[in-house]
Amino acid sequence: MTVDSQGAAAAAPQDAPGRAAKTPKTQATPPSPSGSKEVLQPPRGRRSLPGGVLPYLLVTPALVSMAALLLYPLIRNLILSFQQVDRKEFITRETVWIGLDNYTKLLGDSDFWTVVVRSAVFTAVNVFLVMAIGTGIGLLLNRLGKKMRLVLSLALMLAWAMPVIAAVTIFQWLFNEQFGVANWVMRTLGFSGYEQHNWFETGLSTLTIITVLLVWQSIPFVALNMYAGLTTIGTELYEAAKMDGANGWRTFWAVVFPNLKPFFMITTFLEIIWIFKAFAQVYAMNAGGPDRASETLPVFAYIEGVGQFHYGLAAAISVLTIVMLLAAMSFYFRLILKQEEQL
Amino acid sequence: MSTTAPTPQKLRTRKPLRVGTVAKNLTALVLALLFAFPVYWMFSSSLKPQHEILTKDPVFVFTPTLENYSTATGVDLFWTYVTNSLVVTFGAVLLALVVALAASFAIARMKFKGRKGIVLIVMMAQMAPWEVMVIAMYMIARDGDMLNSIPLLTLVYFVMVLPFTIWTLRGFIAAVPVELEEAAQIDGCTRGQAFRKVIFPLLAPGLMSTSLFGFITAWNEFAMILMLNKEKESQTLTLWLTQFQTAFGSDWGATMAASTLFALPVLIVFLFLQRKAVGGMTAGAVKG
Repeated sequence: MTVDSQGAAAAAPQDAPGRAAKTPKTQATPPSPSGSKEVLQPPRGRRSLPGGVLPYLLVTPALVSMAALLLYPLIRNLILSFQQVDRKEFITRETVWIGLDNYTKLLGDSDFWTVVVRSAVFTAVNVFLVMAIGTGIGLLLNRLGKKMRLVLSLALMLAWAMPVIAAVTIFQWLFNEQFGVANWVMRTLGFSGYEQHNWFETGLSTLTIITVLLVWQSIPFVALNMYAGLTTIGTELYEAAKMDGANGWRTFWAVVFPNLKPFFMITTFLEIIWIFKAFAQVYAMNAGGPDRASETLPVFAYIEGVGQFHYGLAAAISVLTIVMLLAAMSFYFRLILKQEEQL
Repeated sequence: MSTTAPTPQKLRTRKPLRVGTVAKNLTALVLALLFAFPVYWMFSSSLKPQHEILTKDPVFVFTPTLENYSTATGVDLFWTYVTNSLVVTFGAVLLALVVALAASFAIARMKFKGRKGIVLIVMMAQMAPWEVMVIAMYMIARDGDMLNSIPLLTLVYFVMVLPFTIWTLRGFIAAVPVELEEAAQIDGCTRGQAFRKVIFPLLAPGLMSTSLFGFITAWNEFAMILMLNKEKESQTLTLWLTQFQTAFGSDWGATMAASTLFALPVLIVFLFLQRKAVGGMTAGAVKG
């Protein structure tokens, strides 16, 4: 019909459909093939000014500070993990080398494995929820009218911008045993047993609340970036899919997903890393309780170290956590490096 | 009321796939309410008088009062926390800007051996698991008698925000055409002058948004301050907020007032840079 074709014609000019698949970035590479006058021009045509010592001088302060406050603590952490540092050694400042004892102790400890499995499941559930719902909301944003899109974006922005500790405090209040609005909602909906329901009674329910919090705060990042990515896909692709008779689900997997694959990959890895190492949300919510049942790896390390005075053991937990994070990160770096080369 | 027959006016918006407009807008509205509700609840609770807070069924209509705010800010050492937060945050961000500007200029504009390696280091540092390193940090600080030290905390936050400051600034510098710099040099500027007079002014928006991100990170930090600064005099607003439960017993009104006060600067900063926040962040790996 007429209205339909009008809609198609009104679409803003887009990139060529084939190469629209880039992750959204604020600074697009400046299109400068015409203006540059260098003879030996690198493919990107922007770098020049070779310098002798100057670049090293410029980079030194950054490298030195990162070495002092990042690399050194990492190394220190590794060294600590081979030492016995309990209450006694901590006070007397003796150095007691115990080799791999901390590690063998941990790896043979069923409590440690419980926490590892809990962390893994917790991360998987969170990342899945964040990615699935975030993608859905991103798709929705893309199809909303201007006003509704602004309303939803603003709401998402509010959740995204809440400082973590403030957000945790709000959730403690929402799920307060006596005066929390959550219990009231449950009662209003007609569920029984929510007169004074304690949401922090078990580890599982505590982790569920933390999941709600994490998902609430993480979705905006995925949804808004997803929407930004969607605007780079040309409408012709949708039109083509429509002509081929594809439904929404098919269109997503045939058009949206392949085009935004780098976005999905990178965002998923980032979420894995962020959620796996989330400390403030888990610790501030219920200090890993009740009875240490909601501890994830970073919180476990903190409580073993600071709470139980097992600094060496805590360092070993940290090292193992870092190793697990590195595994996820190496994927991330490879993706980023690949993307850098494609620029 | 049919969901499949939108008004002609609505149809004019770009709409690649067919979804009922009413259903779509309704879903969006419900989602918006869900996402905004916790923030709304924080704010409205902060304005409620005590007896309207401690009710089994929530009160939605009430006469707002500022008494919770005066309780929250009347707590011992409140202004010390404010000062510490400001000193630590701005100190870290300023330091990071200066150091990062130099480094990112070298990375974005110069060819030198090891450049790629440095890019890789910055990328890795950006993902550093700070939360996991608190034990080591604590031992280092203790051995150097630097527990409860504002300068150390500032330095730690500085290094925390440094990698993404370098990363983001690098992008902004790279976006400034080299030709501008070269033209300035042909006109007789030294390289330093060319940078100061030509690049630097063009970088203003970049510096702005980068430092705002740094601000958010440092303002919100929790794990390090929890570990390193146990003495009240050396703490920041982050810990002030967590101490409320004990400080006020069950004074949720004051707690929500404190949360609002703590969140307000960040909310403002965030809305201020929202355009930049969306889009560039997957590449920069920054999260507020």
